[in-house]
Amino acid sequence: MHWINFPLLVIMIYSGLRIYRAEQVYAFGLFGWEWFKFFPAGFNDTLELNRRLARGLAFHLNFAWLFTLNGAAYAIYLWRTGEWRGLVPSRRHLGDVVLVVLHDLHLRKEAPPARGTYNEAQRLTYSLVIGLGALAILSGFAIFKPTQLGWLTWALGGYTSARVIHFTVTVLFSLFFVVHVLQVIRAGPRKFMGMINGYELAPKPAGGTAEAGDG
Amino acid sequence: MAEDEELSEDDYRRRSRRSLLVGGLASFAGYRGWRWIQDQPADGNIPQVLRDGHELNEAIWSALFDEDRQARTFSRESASILRVNGRHGIREEIDLDAWQLEVYGPTGERLGTDRLDDIAALPRHEMTIEHKCIEGWAQITNWGGARFRDFMARYADRLPDDISDVYLETPDGQYFVSVDIETMRHDQTLLAYENLGEPIDQLHGAPLRLATPLKYGIKQIKRIGRIHFLTEKGGDYWGQRGYDWYAGL
Repeated sequence: MHWINFPLLVIMIYSGLRIYRAEQVYAFGLFGWEWFKFFPAGFNDTLELNRRLARGLAFHLNFAWLFTLNGAAYAIYLWRTGEWRGLVPSRRHLGDVVLVVLHDLHLRKEAPPARGTYNEAQRLTYSLVIGLGALAILSGFAIFKPTQLGWLTWALGGYTSARVIHFTVTVLFSLFFVVHVLQVIRAGPRKFMGMINGYELAPKPAGGTAEAGDG
Repeated sequence: MAEDEELSEDDYRRRSRRSLLVGGLASFAGYRGWRWIQDQPADGNIPQVLRDGHELNEAIWSALFDEDRQARTFSRESASILRVNGRHGIREEIDLDAWQLEVYGPTGERLGTDRLDDIAALPRHEMTIEHKCIEGWAQITNWGGARFRDFMARYADRLPDDISDVYLETPDGQYFVSVDIETMRHDQTLLAYENLGEPIDQLHGAPLRLATPLKYGIKQIKRIGRIHFLTEKGGDYWGQRGYDWYAGL
């Protein structure tokens, strides 16, 4: 389900960009300055986003169902297997997030305390990303059917607000993706194999060949 | 999976090989699937399977359609004159005094001709709604006019019961839309002749246009010249050019 997400999200974001191109109004501003306008002309030309609204919509509105179904399947999987317990950060250990970040930035030598498959920063990030996925779907439906699902659009602050949320979620997703891939590269090929086959080699304490930890 | 499970190096290799093979095959299947979509014959300017998807979406949302659900309304003060976006079918100005509306039944028989006075004689309704463009922008505006439902009632005795769609086109036939009857019968679907209390100007569709917050702007045809009551879907300018025929909100 994790791997299905990758092509689905690529298609959703790409077709979403073609839709956004038809009316590009968002810019990132801070302290009264416009820092970045979404998007510069070169970006639109390179990615062939111009005049592709109908095609963008056709892909976006069809693959949205696949993305939603995959997300629902993943949520059910987490719940039925109890794996959500390994993913949800605990309030007690939340302080570890700082230690992980300091360690990763090479500002702190000692490795943060291990706690299951994921460290506390991973738990927090992955939980937030799953939340973002849910928000992407909800805000998407709020934009798609603002009258038939009027309660949803209302809950997200109205049509215009739902669109801003939907766009912001996409930007955050993209940022997460960049950091996520960098972290996997940094973790090395052995970890990546572990992501694919579900096993990871760990040195056996008493010597010998190999032992599998949980991947 | 079990933690600290003992695996021989051979076992690990075998499993890794199998995983890579499965991953490779899955990637290849994904690529083939993508090509399969791209190579589909076009239906209304998009790949057939995506058109089928639009129709599946339409089946879902027209089944869920609740005629009592109203689009959100706003205060009259927040309304402004709508931005002009499409000029198909209204590029030349027309003589408004000479304008008339022709009405046809499903077999193409002419049911009658209306003038603006006939429409204005129907009960007048006003609404301040958020107009939504399929391109993404939205703007609050105000329309005044007659409910399409009331207009249709004038022809009810000469229409069969199984009317499913209404086809509307500009006098020159350059722009045309087809809209489902459930939307056309809705409270908030107007044959509008006023915008913010003033007669609609030529660029916004004078003398009579369709106004409904239940559809994107592409369906809200300006300067209606002919109306056909149909028992099946009619032509649709943007539907034939790759957009979703339903375009419901």
